[in-house]
Formats: sequence, C-alpha cells, structure tokens
Amino acid sequence: MSKLDVVIATDCGSTTTKAILIERQGDIYRQTCRGEAPTTVEAPFEDVTRGVLNAIQEIEELSGRQILDGERIITPAEGNRGVDIYISTSSAGGGLQMMVAGVVGSMTGESAQRCALGAGAIVMDVLAANDGRLPHEKIERIRHLRPDMVLLSGGTDGGTISHVVELAEYIAAADPRPRFGTGFELPVIFAGNRDAQSEVERVLGSKTALHLTENIRPVLERENLGPARHVIHDLFLEHVMAQAPGYRELMAWTGAPIMPTPAAVGQIMQTIARRQGINVLGVDIGGATTDVFSVFTVIGDDGVSAEPVFNRTVSANLGMSYSISNVLAEATMPNVVRWLPVDIDEADLRDRIKNKMIRPTTIPHMLEELQIEHAVAREALRLALVQHRELAVGLKGVQTERTLSDAFEQSGSGDSLIDMMSLDLLVGSGGVLSHAPRRSQTAAMLIDAFQPEGVTQLAVDSIFMMPHLGVLASVDEKAATDVFERDCIVYLGTCVAPVGDGKVKAGEPCATYELTIDGAAGGATRGTLGYGALDLIPLAEGVEADLILRPNRGWNVGAGAGQELRTRVRGGVVGLVLDGRGRPLDIPEDLEARRRSLTAWNQALELYDDSGEEA
Amino acid sequence: MAHAYTPGLRVTPYTVLRRSRRLPMKGLVLARVGETVHREQVVARTELPGNVRTMNVVNRLGIAADELHTFMLKKEGDSVQKGEAIAASRPLIKWFKTTVEAEVDGVVESISAVTGQVLLREPPLPVEVLAYVDGSIVEVLADEGVVVETRGAFVQGIFGVGGEAYGPLHVLSDAPGQDLTVEMIDAGCAGRTIVGTGLVTHAVIDKARQVGAAGIIGGGMHDSDLRILLGYDLGVAITGAEDIGLTVIVTEGFGRIAMARRTFDILRACHGRQASLSGATQIRAGVMRPEIIVPDLGGAPPIAEKDATHGEGMREGDPLRVIRAPYFGHIGKVGRLIAELQKVESGASVRVLEVEFEDSSRAVVPRANVELIEE
Repeated sequence: MSKLDVVIATDCGSTTTKAILIERQGDIYRQTCRGEAPTTVEAPFEDVTRGVLNAIQEIEELSGRQILDGERIITPAEGNRGVDIYISTSSAGGGLQMMVAGVVGSMTGESAQRCALGAGAIVMDVLAANDGRLPHEKIERIRHLRPDMVLLSGGTDGGTISHVVELAEYIAAADPRPRFGTGFELPVIFAGNRDAQSEVERVLGSKTALHLTENIRPVLERENLGPARHVIHDLFLEHVMAQAPGYRELMAWTGAPIMPTPAAVGQIMQTIARRQGINVLGVDIGGATTDVFSVFTVIGDDGVSAEPVFNRTVSANLGMSYSISNVLAEATMPNVVRWLPVDIDEADLRDRIKNKMIRPTTIPHMLEELQIEHAVAREALRLALVQHRELAVGLKGVQTERTLSDAFEQSGSGDSLIDMMSLDLLVGSGGVLSHAPRRSQTAAMLIDAFQPEGVTQLAVDSIFMMPHLGVLASVDEKAATDVFERDCIVYLGTCVAPVGDGKVKAGEPCATYELTIDGAAGGATRGTLGYGALDLIPLAEGVEADLILRPNRGWNVGAGAGQELRTRVRGGVVGLVLDGRGRPLDIPEDLEARRRSLTAWNQALELYDDSGEEA
Repeated sequence: MAHAYTPGLRVTPYTVLRRSRRLPMKGLVLARVGETVHREQVVARTELPGNVRTMNVVNRLGIAADELHTFMLKKEGDSVQKGEAIAASRPLIKWFKTTVEAEVDGVVESISAVTGQVLLREPPLPVEVLAYVDGSIVEVLADEGVVVETRGAFVQGIFGVGGEAYGPLHVLSDAPGQDLTVEMIDAGCAGRTIVGTGLVTHAVIDKARQVGAAGIIGGGMHDSDLRILLGYDLGVAITGAEDIGLTVIVTEGFGRIAMARRTFDILRACHGRQASLSGATQIRAGVMRPEIIVPDLGGAPPIAEKDATHGEGMREGDPLRVIRAPYFGHIGKVGRLIAELQKVESGASVRVLEVEFEDSSRAVVPRANVELIEE
C-alpha cells in the first residue's frame, strides 16, 4: 500500500457494530473517533452493511470527515475526505462454530482444538477415536450440532490410516448440514496423516466440501497449525461469512480480509508480545463467553532457543449476562459468596442472577448488586483461566529425555505453558472489566481471579479496540502498535505478589521493598509487606520507578526463593499494588474473619465508597 | 446518531400475528395459501435420515479389512432386516462358519475396506410441523413450511420452559399478585392453561402436571423451584425442548413478583378461550420470548403487527416496568428523561430517567433497568 494516513475499522459484533477512526499524526498513529450502531444481521434488516454505515455515519458526525459517498466508502483519503483503507472483523451470528476431530483426544484431538481456537472459532465438540463414545453417539452428535465447519485431523504422517478414515466415515454417515445456507455442503478440512488423504477424499469428497491441507501434527514432537488455520480463515470468508446477510457486499468494501473477532484479538496480542519481547495474558469477558489469550515464550529442548507460543481458549458458557447462571452452576455458590463482604440470602442471590440472565442489558443500580456482579466475574475469570491452563500445554505424547532435576520437578510433556511468575502483562477486556465504576475494581478482579505472581503489569482495553487493531496489524504493524500503546489500553499499574509456602501468620512480613520513583524528590519509599495484607502505593500513569524487592526466607518474587529482585515498574491509574495474600490466595473460611479480610482489602484499594462493608 | 432503545415485552389485547412454521430440512408442504388451518393440523412433513448403526464386521469374522468385500453377502444400497445375514466367513468345514447378522432394519450405507466397518442406516424418522395457531396460510415457503396468520390477544412472557401447548385459559386469580396454591389446582384444570398472577411454586406446577393441565402462567417463580422442576441448574437461557409434561411461563421474572395489571386484564378477558402457548425462550442474538396467543378470528379489522425493533425509543408518559433492584417488578411510566449522566448508588455514571410509579411516587433509575410495556 502506498499511503496509510487514515483508517476506518469496524467490528461487527452480535449486538453492536463498533467503528473507530485512526489517523496518522506526524510519525505516529492515533485513534481519533469512535462510533457505534446496532448490528443489522438479523430481521428486520438482514444486511450487516446497514449497521456498518450507521456506525461510520456517527464517526462522520463526530469527526467532521466525510467518509461516505452515499453508501460507498471513499478511498483514498484526500484532505478531510475519505479514508485510505477500510478493515473489519466480525463475530455476528454467533461467530465461527466448529467441530474438530482427532485420533487420540489428548494428542491430535488437542492439536485440532488449539488450531481451531487460534483461528477464532468456538469449538463445539472434540471427537476422538478414543473418546469413549459409541459410534452411533458420535454420529448423532455431529448431526445434532450443525457446525459451520469441521476440522478432521489424526495420525502423524506415515502413521495410522484406519482410525482417521473411521472418523471420516462417521462424518459422512452423519451427513451434516451447515448452520447457514441449506443448499450448501458442509466445509470439512482434512489436516491429518497425508497418507490417508486419498481414502478421506473417497469417503468425504462427494458428501462434503472437502479441503485437504498439511498435517497439523506431522510428527508427535511438532505442531504445524498455520496452514490449517489459513484454510479455516479462507473457508470462514467463503462459506460462513458469505452466507450471512450483507457480508458479500461488506467483503467487497474491505481492503483486507474480514477476520473473526477473536482471531484479530489474538493477532494483536501476538504482535505486542513479539515487538516488546514479553509474555502476555489477555482476557475478554463478554455476556455469553470468555476468551483467554496467551503468548508465553517456551524454551526449546536445546535449552537455548526460545519461541513465543500463542494459545487461545474460549469458555463458551462463562459470561456475565446470557451465561451468568452457568457461572454460578459451575463455580458453585460457596465460591461466589466468598467474595461478598455482605450477607445475602442464597435463594435471593439465585433469583437475582437468573434475572440478570433473562434481562441481560440491565446494570447494577445498588452497590450490593455491583458487588454481586464483581463476585461472579471473579469466578468466571478464574474458571476461564483453569480451562485455558488445561489447553495451553506442551505437546502430549512426546518422548523427552528427563534429567534427575526434571524428575524432581515432576515436569514432563503436557505441562501447562501458563507460568504466572513469568507473566509480564495481564490485559483485561469486556463490559464488567472495562466499565467498572472504578479502575481499582478492575484491577482487583484481575488480581483475585488470575492471581499473578511476582511482578506483573495490569491493563484494561477500555473501549474494546483490540479486534480492530488485530486486523490493522495484518496491514501495518506499526500503526496497530502505536494505537494499542497510546489509545487502546489503559495501564492500571503493577501488581507485586510474593509467592510463599504460607507457613506464616497473618501480619508477619513476607517481603520488604524499596521504591524509587523517576524524578521524584525525597528518595526511596521503603516498607514491609505483611502476610495477608494488600497495600496500594500511588504510582501515576506514565510514571516509572525502580523497585527492589527482598523476599523473606521461603518467599519468591521472581528471582528465586529468598532472592532479591531489582526491576523497573510502570505506574497506572490505580498504582502499585502490593499483594501479600499468598498464592493460592488465602481467603479465610470463617464468615466473620472473611468479612474482615474482604473489608480490609476493599479499603486498601478503595474499591467502594463505604469500603464495601454495608451497601 | 444511534439512540438507546429499551425493547419491552409485547402485551396486546388484539393484533395480527404471523408465525413461520418450518421443517428442520426440506420436505413436503401440506397446506395452500388462503387455507384456514387448525392449531393442531399438520402443515408440513418430512423424513429425517434414520440413525446409523456401525458394525465392525472384520473383527467378528477375523479377517483383514481389505478382504471385507469378498465376505459380504450384501452390497451398498441393499435393504436388510434385523437378523438377516450380511456377511459370512467361508471355512473349509461348514461347522466353523461365522455369520454376521444385521442388528437393525435398514439399508447398507457403506462398506469400508479401510476400517472394516459396515454402516447400516435405519429407516427414516417422520417429522411433522403443526400450524400452532388457528388462522390462515398467507405464504408457502417452498419445500420448507408455511406462514400462518392469526388475529387475537398476544402476551409475551419473560421466561418459560416446555414446548408448544394448547388449552383454554383458566384464570384462577382476580387481581395481580395472588400466588397460586396447590388447593386451587383441581381436576377442572385438566387440558387447560392455568393463569395465576403471583408466585408459581414447584408444588403448584407438580399438581398442575398431575391433573393434566396444558400449561401454567404466573408472575414469577423462584430459581430453586425451577431447579427442582428441571432436575438441573439451568445455565444458559435456551429453553423450549424440556420434557416436563406441561408448559410454564412467567411474565415478570424470578422471585415473588406480581403480574403487570395490563397483562392480567388481557388474560382475564380471554378466560375460557382457546390459547396456543410456547415456553421457548432464547436470550442471545435472535431473542425469543415465551408467548401466549389467544386467537379471535372473528374480531375487528386487523392492525398490522408492530415490530419491537422499529420502536422509536422512550417518551414521557410511556408505560414501563423496572427490571432490576431496588424497584424490580414495579410498574410506572416515564416521568422525565434526564439528559445528563448521573451517578447511581453503585458508583457508575449512567443515563437515567425519572419513573413515576402507580402510587405517584417517583424515583431515578438507570435507563438500562426499565423496559417499555408495548402494546
């Protein structure tokens, strides 16, 4: 592209189409305007472009820039007229829903799942030759679910053929129909043993829209998810998007392929992690689902090479409105009420949560209601991370040479890649985090649910701009990262959490600290962090400081047990949070003791006006 | 500019309604445009492909998969009956012959020389779609179904369980807010749609089921009772397929909540008249609410059905209900629309409005926490 000065980007969500305007100001790109309008995929409009045009019109009104000529986006930009490119993401119509299959559930089944999730899909089910279900149950399941597409994998190259063909036969027998477009054949991607391609083609070629691609697990020791993910994206555009009302026209407007919204969020996460050389964990908690993204550097078998590994999971029934009852069902009542500093009758709490489910757009009016939502959010986030940990793992089934120290550490194939101690940046997004009345509430929810260890920076995507920036990154990385840093995320601050053996009494010191703020007069701030305490030290947005942490014996802040850590920390709208509550978080079981602790923690972070004692 | 719009539940004594009745896959449409249909009349029919039974024939015969075709007695496409031989070994001594018999009636769908499996397809399963409401056919959706038009009273509930049901309305309350009791449910409720105006408990629903009621309508129910009724904790609000013996609809929400006066007045006016109801609720993209339709085909000239998404937003004087604490379930009207964001007790700065309640008291509530009562 010759020139990129003005960009208009939209994200067509299930309910709202969000548009942002990005403009080059000197050498950097900034997001300058935003607009939104209801998404118009469903009746009575049944044309996604209506909502896009409405959202863009709002930007025109706010910015004074003419972007539309009737129903056409003006390109390229000239003066105060037009844009250089229009890009978009989409999750309308329930997003991309896939079913995946592999021979062994914990090997190729898991690889297929990671492949589909990373491409932005919701995985409706994982079929495996060894999943314990009878053949007719598998066939019924495929027929019942009606996925948008199926990813069939299985067998390393040169490995089993019969098990793969068996899965293909089940898919053929189910004769599944795609969710959209009654007259179309279901897209099936085969990314398994290349020696099985001809047999799979014989079984599925005439009954489905079959696409053959490279094996996602050519050998046990390596995943090759890229080629299959590309095919998923292509088919998403060709088969799924093209069937949704108005998308054919929208696809003609965009200057880059439309991406599934979660795939775009994954893209920007990976871009940031790569450019800054950090480990990133991101979460997007919505009304129906919660997505978790991670990029963690994994050291190769040689002990030297390092490679960032991206993972995404979507917890399809963990959310704050449509799925809020499911959070309660999965987390159980005691886990939700443990976060509440007030007494609420269990039956009443159940009714309140159900009422939120059936009227998902309502907002907490009373403080007590806000605290209930925040309690549920902590549990939804916690459960989503549990699911992410289970899938973001090293490859299973790999034979590795183990040293004596490995044996003592109990590490091996299939260990989770999510190491909270090595996490650098935790980014939250989604209504309950982005629209919390106070940013300290957002920070508290992230810390309580994810329990970061050592030193971790916290941030929130305040207006859910990451999808737009993800697709922009595929066009111009610099533009995307400029806007990400300056306009997309709000830095909340840094969390410092020593990890210890917990064999101390409340109030006993677990670490001392020394904080020297850049440019501040008066020297360093020194203090002691007691076990069970939560302290907040002001450290404003844009301000950095040198931090020296000296953990007590048995405690670790990132440099090893009892080892001093010297690091740079970044401020934010909340500040520096010193969390001495231990990991896993130690919440008193006794009701009165718990209430005292919660009240003290709430007061420390100034979460609620009256410190959360009584609403 | 896009404007905030709070869609409400439709509650109207007389309107024109159209309901699309579609098959899950292509089939035969049995009604014509202009035809008058009865609610339980079959308007479209199709056959779903039968279930598949897999038989690992090579294991049973002790042969290699690539030899399978030579041992098969049936070929792909052949009809078979349960117990009929489909494959057999050919030993030198007949005594040792092994035969594999079809486990179900059906057709041989595939014989795989790779996996050694034989797939039998059972006979197709018939699927019928009923008209659901008394009315007339206004459109035929080629090979898929019909659109039925009716006229009459229409009440949307907020939440329901159970599928489509039919039964005359049987109103057991004489004012909003009266809980149904087990004693009120007797044999006279059989085949009817019971209407209460307050809390509906599991005990009451159970009694209604025992006497053979078609459905039960109330103001609210407790989640704990729903859990007992379903036998599990409902996680996501997608309902309508529950096999619980009757259809349950609540008009206001969870908890002890009085039915809105307007809803009650309409249902009471329809006492004794035949109703079609559906408990199907879906609260995601493509919102679906449970409904009660009481056709009155001999009524006055039709008024076109208003679509909720075409509403023009809130105006002063519009009737509404508050749908969140602390005024949850209260009915009133829009007093004043306040333009500026206002901080509410939770600490959030939000768009608000002033509500004038039925007792003339007033309160400021977030706009997101009210819904219009639509006619």
